Amino acid sequence: MIEVSNVSKRYGETLVLDEVSVQLPAGKITSIIGPNGAGKSTLVSIMGRLLPMDAGHVLVDGLDVTETADDVLARHLSILRQENQIVSRLTVRDLVAFGRYPYTKGRPTVEDREHIAQALSYLQLEPLAGRFLDELSGGQRQRAFIAMVLCQDTKYVLLDEPLNNLDMKHAVGMMKLLKDAAAKLGKTFVLVLHDINFASCYSDHIVALRDGKLAYQGTPEEIMQPDVLAEIYDLPIDIHEIGGHRIGLYFT
Amino acid sequence: MLKLSRRSPLAMVLALGGLATVSAIAFMTIGAKGNWDFVLPFRGVKLAGMVLVGYAIAVSTVLFQTVTQNRILTPSVMGFDALYILIQTCLVYFVGAAGFASIDPRLLFGLEVAVMVTFAVLLFRWLFSGRVRSIYLLMLVGLVFGILFRSLAGFLQRIIDPNDFVALQGEIFASFNAIDQQLLLVAAIAVLLVSLIGWRLLHTFDVLALGRETAINLGVDYRRTVTLILILISILVSVSTALVGSTAFRGPAMFFGLLVSNLAYQLVPTHRHVYLLPAAAFIAIICLAGGQTLLEQVVDFGTALPIVIEFLGGLVFILLLLKGAAR
Repeated sequence: MIEVSNVSKRYGETLVLDEVSVQLPAGKITSIIGPNGAGKSTLVSIMGRLLPMDAGHVLVDGLDVTETADDVLARHLSILRQENQIVSRLTVRDLVAFGRYPYTKGRPTVEDREHIAQALSYLQLEPLAGRFLDELSGGQRQRAFIAMVLCQDTKYVLLDEPLNNLDMKHAVGMMKLLKDAAAKLGKTFVLVLHDINFASCYSDHIVALRDGKLAYQGTPEEIMQPDVLAEIYDLPIDIHEIGGHRIGLYFT
Repeated sequence: MLKLSRRSPLAMVLALGGLATVSAIAFMTIGAKGNWDFVLPFRGVKLAGMVLVGYAIAVSTVLFQTVTQNRILTPSVMGFDALYILIQTCLVYFVGAAGFASIDPRLLFGLEVAVMVTFAVLLFRWLFSGRVRSIYLLMLVGLVFGILFRSLAGFLQRIIDPNDFVALQGEIFASFNAIDQQLLLVAAIAVLLVSLIGWRLLHTFDVLALGRETAINLGVDYRRTVTLILILISILVSVSTALVGSTAFRGPAMFFGLLVSNLAYQLVPTHRHVYLLPAAAFIAIICLAGGQTLLEQVVDFGTALPIVIEFLGGLVFILLLLKGAAR
């Protein structure tokens, strides 16, 4: 379980997170939704100890993220942010292999090679394994980074907008893969999503932020309500029940 | 280009090592007239100086570029070499040329390294204890400090006694002809210690090159590791500046480091520092020893090596800018 207690964060004078407290269940997919500037990415970065918080604390499986040693935490929790620029000449396989660094410190064993091959195959990256990252499209690069994080094989995985740059096929494939990993391997995913319909169809739990505060949290059925979404996004959203899923329509 | 990028990194490093050895042998033997007992030690000291300086500049530049994730920056951007000049100028200003000459060069070197390392750690701690932890801010502050140190040194040099200035000038202009042998030994020990620590961090360098956030995700204690690397860099910069001074007050590592690091990235297409660092060091030795041999023995133009290197380095810098490598 990830326990977020009274977390606040300021950038200069602006309060981006205001005493957020939330508990995210283990072994499930939790989506964080909300309008731009609601503090979604900031919250995920703080959970993944990439940003210091001004107040509060975050426990992952009982480990305080600000106090636990970085290499210990790296075997429990992984995080991928939205933008990842790399200057080095790296092949996809090299990048994915870095996912094993927390365990091997750079000396991969036979078991690590299996993890690397598996992560490549999960994301259908085998044909691209030998390509350099700068020879890939944005979506392919995004998949390569996600493969690295999956190769890290941590129980908790935080992904900031994992569907960025992905086409429909790969977006659906990605969500199915995560759902599968949560069900079969008991992994916990926390995703920042912009598409409420992906959140509705694939998550077990949804957390909605607005103006740095926790606005709502609950099951997809509880959040996918016209009045709830209208309040979160400040936009009228129709909800339709299609194929057993609640789908929001807001395009016109 | 495709063929170029698929070369074996190990083969390239070995080839560069071979070329560096050839350059060193050529430097030691070509055009030697007279007594070998004189020629070998005489040239040996110069060669040892070149190897140490080349290694120090190459390694410090590659590590700095890894930490900052930017391939057109060098440690002199942080004002490291400018600080060295300021320390020396202050010493000459306050104790005079005669007093300065009477200080043991080893003691002086130790003092300078201590000041440089303190400066790097203080600057880093100060910037990283605050809310902003951007490496770009760190470099901007470094740049401003560099200008401050250079201006202060320049000011002192203008009001200094002309005789003292001549002595100072001898200290801070690049020259492999006036290398202090005692200093050479101390510098070699310092470089060896840095290399031993660096050896244990080789894989960590690879991870750091992925950027701060990915490095933290993979379990690198970012703040501690980057502080340690900055200390290593400041020791290496001290070694190179102490041995050959600083070209035209702007630091020999400015374009030379840029030249060797980027040649290494081009020739050895890998992310692994276990190949990149030796490759850059070998290229530096080839440039210094090979270039010096070529200029001294073939075109009889020995003193111009720093100028030629800075010229070529400047060209590479402009090419990199035009290519848009300045990400």
